[in-house]
Amino acid sequence: MAGPQDRPAGLKTEDGGLETELQLARVIGTVVATQKHQAFTGAKLLLVQPVGLDDTPRGTALLAVDSVGAGVHEKVLIVMEGRAAGEALGRKGAPVDAAIIGIVDSVDVQE
Amino acid sequence: MQIARVIGDVVTTMKDENLSGIKLLVLQPLDPDGNAAGRTLVAVDAVGAGVGETVFFVRGKEASFPFHPTEVPTDAGIVGIVDHWHVER
Repeated sequence: MAGPQDRPAGLKTEDGGLETELQLARVIGTVVATQKHQAFTGAKLLLVQPVGLDDTPRGTALLAVDSVGAGVHEKVLIVMEGRAAGEALGRKGAPVDAAIIGIVDSVDVQE
Repeated sequence: MQIARVIGDVVTTMKDENLSGIKLLVLQPLDPDGNAAGRTLVAVDAVGAGVGETVFFVRGKEASFPFHPTEVPTDAGIVGIVDHWHVER
């Protein structure tokens, strides 16, 4: 039975955050953290700025784990939901809420 | 996740028993340029962070995962201490 507790974390940001889980974003930076939860060992942390279809920034930048080898300046696809992000990291029960799950080659909008 | 600065701590005596022994810290989220961005919040600490440090935190039920199998009633948790970050636009 689905309830509010099943709502993705991406829907819960209260500070004008984004409302969908799968988002286009631009990688804008890298983060180095030595002391972190063990689930992040070996994971790359990137700062991503969600963007709209016209490439304009949308909402606040966030930190996502990278599972596809993305780099700064690349346009990527991110999930903002815990279970999907944990699966992308390949670790169940990882305390993550966002992950890069694809590098975007092109976006084609018909209308 | 989001980057934040730890700006304070919270002491509570009467609380949910699953919160006992867990450090509660006050966070100010930061934008990529290091400026304060958005509302402050209280988060549980899973990595031994302290006031004045820059950290990253996770929102949602995943914030309780580091304490598994204890079901800590929280929706924000510090999961890493940031050494430095670099932004290129």
